[in-house]
Amino acid sequence: MTERLDGPQTPRGGDDVARGASPGPDETTETKGEVTTHPALDDDVATGESGALPQLATGGPASPKARYGGSGNLGPAPKVAVFFLLPAVVLLGAWVVYPIVYSIIRSLYDANGGTFVGADNYAAIFSDSGTLTTIRNNLIWVVLAPSLVTALGLIFAVLTERIRWATAFKLVVFMPMAVSLLASGVIFRLVYEQDPDKGVANAVITSVHDLFASSSGYPGARPRENDQAPALVDKGAVVTRQAAQAGQPVLIPLVGMKPEALPSGAAAARSAPEAPGELSGTVWLDFTPGGGTANKIDGNEKGLPEVTVEAVSGGAVKATTTTAADGSFHFTGLPQGSYQVRLPQSNFTQPFSGVTWLGPTLITPAIIGAFIWVWAGFAMVLIAAGLSAIPRDALEAARIDGATEWQVFRSITIPLLSPVLLVVLVTMIINTLKVFDLVFVIAPGSVQPQANVIALEMWRVSFGGGGNQGLGSALAIFLLVLVLPFMAINIRRFRREQA
Amino acid sequence: MRVKTTAVVAGLMLAAAACGGQSGDTKPSASGSAPAAKPLAGTTIEIAAKWTGEEQKSFQKVLDAFQEKSGAKVTYASTGEDTGAYLGPRIQGGNPPDVAVLPQPGLVQQYADQNALKPLSSEVQAQIDQNYTPYWKSLGSANGQVYGVLVKAAHKSLIWYRAPAFDDAGTQPATTWDELIKSAQTVADSGTTPFALCGASGWTLTDLFENVYLSTAGPDNYDKLSKHEIPWTDPSVTTALEKIGQIFGKKEYILGGSSGALQTDFPTCATQVYGQKKAAMVIEADFVATTAVQSGAKVGEDAKIMPFPKAGDTAPVVLGGDIAVALKESKGAMALLEYLASAEGGSVWAKNPGYLSPNRNVSPDNYPDPLTKQLAQTIISAGEAVRYDMSDLAPSAFGGTDGKGEWKDLQDFLRNPKDVKGTQDKLEADAAKAWKK
Repeated sequence: MTERLDGPQTPRGGDDVARGASPGPDETTETKGEVTTHPALDDDVATGESGALPQLATGGPASPKARYGGSGNLGPAPKVAVFFLLPAVVLLGAWVVYPIVYSIIRSLYDANGGTFVGADNYAAIFSDSGTLTTIRNNLIWVVLAPSLVTALGLIFAVLTERIRWATAFKLVVFMPMAVSLLASGVIFRLVYEQDPDKGVANAVITSVHDLFASSSGYPGARPRENDQAPALVDKGAVVTRQAAQAGQPVLIPLVGMKPEALPSGAAAARSAPEAPGELSGTVWLDFTPGGGTANKIDGNEKGLPEVTVEAVSGGAVKATTTTAADGSFHFTGLPQGSYQVRLPQSNFTQPFSGVTWLGPTLITPAIIGAFIWVWAGFAMVLIAAGLSAIPRDALEAARIDGATEWQVFRSITIPLLSPVLLVVLVTMIINTLKVFDLVFVIAPGSVQPQANVIALEMWRVSFGGGGNQGLGSALAIFLLVLVLPFMAINIRRFRREQA
Repeated sequence: MRVKTTAVVAGLMLAAAACGGQSGDTKPSASGSAPAAKPLAGTTIEIAAKWTGEEQKSFQKVLDAFQEKSGAKVTYASTGEDTGAYLGPRIQGGNPPDVAVLPQPGLVQQYADQNALKPLSSEVQAQIDQNYTPYWKSLGSANGQVYGVLVKAAHKSLIWYRAPAFDDAGTQPATTWDELIKSAQTVADSGTTPFALCGASGWTLTDLFENVYLSTAGPDNYDKLSKHEIPWTDPSVTTALEKIGQIFGKKEYILGGSSGALQTDFPTCATQVYGQKKAAMVIEADFVATTAVQSGAKVGEDAKIMPFPKAGDTAPVVLGGDIAVALKESKGAMALLEYLASAEGGSVWAKNPGYLSPNRNVSPDNYPDPLTKQLAQTIISAGEAVRYDMSDLAPSAFGGTDGKGEWKDLQDFLRNPKDVKGTQDKLEADAAKAWKK
């Protein structure tokens, strides 16, 4: 369709130019032929595009510039040039060059700055296990965070192109950029709280979990921990200390629960009536404020209803029953003999308390999550800008040739976007290398060693209590060395774009 | 110079004794023979401290009383939380305040090494000798000179408990460690978690350790360990850690278990006790009162304190506190320090809220509420055995940095309370590194 629409237009404009015979139709057939004869879409478009762009760029403005610089006459006089350069040189010198040079010098001295220690500080970086953890963490950061941010930004950018409320959506996703990193850290510290009543992450996880698994009736209930207690904990289950005989009521006193936490149907505990030849007993909450006799059913102590009770003999469960409202239970029809009475673990399982986000194992991924929340919007906006600059005809040509949306995305959109994606990726790598505030705020003091990164360690060592600015400077220089290659990539790319 | 200052201060003291009948004559005579009523009239003194809000208001009352008495004009400058960051540039710039109040004894040593401090005059020292035990004098000293006086204390040997939770369980505040563990068990049996620990704030754990250690090992060992004269692998440390392990090692004693405690900052643990009512006790200093009140508890009714139980032979009293030093060689500075070190100044201060005096001659009757009175009594009765917060005496790389040194090692101990030996080894390794510097 497009070719046909273009077709008539070209001859109309071509009248004035009149270059060669009827260029319009020729052109259309040519392009059409080219696309159809190359089924390997990705190769064609990718190489064609990346090959053509630099040629155009270097060929045009570069040559006059070379002439301009080479003659020397057209530029300003050297004195004037120095005059104009001076402010920038002074500012850069005072704020960038001098601090770097001084940091390098300082990194060769000890904590007080008095003694020259050579490379000792650098050796300390690689010999201290705490600092090695920071390097490992930075590595995790650099591998995970930039790629995830870029990928997420790309997905958002591509998807928002298609929806009606794109601007509103972009606004929302971009919003975290307007919040300072410190504030984002405070927000995520709360998001990751262990208590589901406070931390939204665990609130979601526990409510989903509770949809599928109901919690048990008596979390926390346990027998007293002393030798007089008739029951004890064995592999999570509560078992009687002595074997029970039929005709002797079994007492299973439990503690560790508040009376208010009992189900509303719970009645005052009552020892099971002695029925000859029947195994029976009582499970009850054996706690009276201010006293009461341990292991005896006192006045208003309540029974635990609906507790599963098992009679075990020789390692096998012979019968199962549940307690009544007053906590009593009976096994009917059991053969004579001695049994162990067991309350299986399922009665006491703790309610699912969510994921320990702020614990030593998950802390770095959790902070990376916060980082992604902050920066995904930034990546999206940059990528969306790049996306809108992609020539539409390439996409449409591919679609006409029957490429699926996925093929178009993989083979056309991504290669055309790759310069932008690289910018985002490199910017994010530099950002992750110097990450500081999120780690400082989100990680609780107890897991700071596990969450630590180089920039934070540098601050801690030099100012936050360490007082060793020699080692701090060495860490700063180490960080600089890590960032340099990515800076170089960025600069080379800028130069290529400007050329 | 020194002699002249001394004479002036002597004049001031005489003037105070003479109850100021004369007025107008403001020139203090160098001879001291004709004392004026307000010998410091016309002098201005600048004092810098970190206090704000209520604390600043209380302190201002003391300054007002001093101005009234001496005729000097005192201006107060707030240093903000980081006193070192405020004072450092002013000292380097040659324009320090006359008097500064330092939050840690470590800073006394640091500034003394920089020759930024002026030694206290003999009058101030006389006040210190009269009102403080020798321990406090040595605490304000560096390189053989007396530079500072402890003017304000924080009482760190307390356990705050929620009275209704104890009533529900039918148990009493403990006076010994074994009683404490028994009470904790009873409270746990009643269905309430006994302790809320702020494991994420490492200093709360060092405070706990210091109390148990002072109690089990005694003040002498405490001093030695504070200076790292005995190693952390010492058997006395083992005993203290094992005692603490009786709490750390029991899942049902700690709210949220050790993992939960390690994610809890100060003052969240106090909120867990008094706001959320999830636990019964929090082991921290007198300043928990602020959080308790914010959580809606009434101090003295449902928020009560027990002195830290004796885990050994000594009833432990560990104080934190602020040390006043002179940064300028001025007569006003010494006069102000002398006033702050005196029982008179301390009594004026004590009548205002938010203050606890380490001065043994400030009568507990001065305090406006019974709680502070009780705290003051424990300080006085502990006498020579009172000690300063050990972690604040250590190099900050060991005793004052998140995720490092003692803070980290005790947090690891909370995570794995069975490993007493490993904890001691790590503590000793970190201490050795920090003291070497």
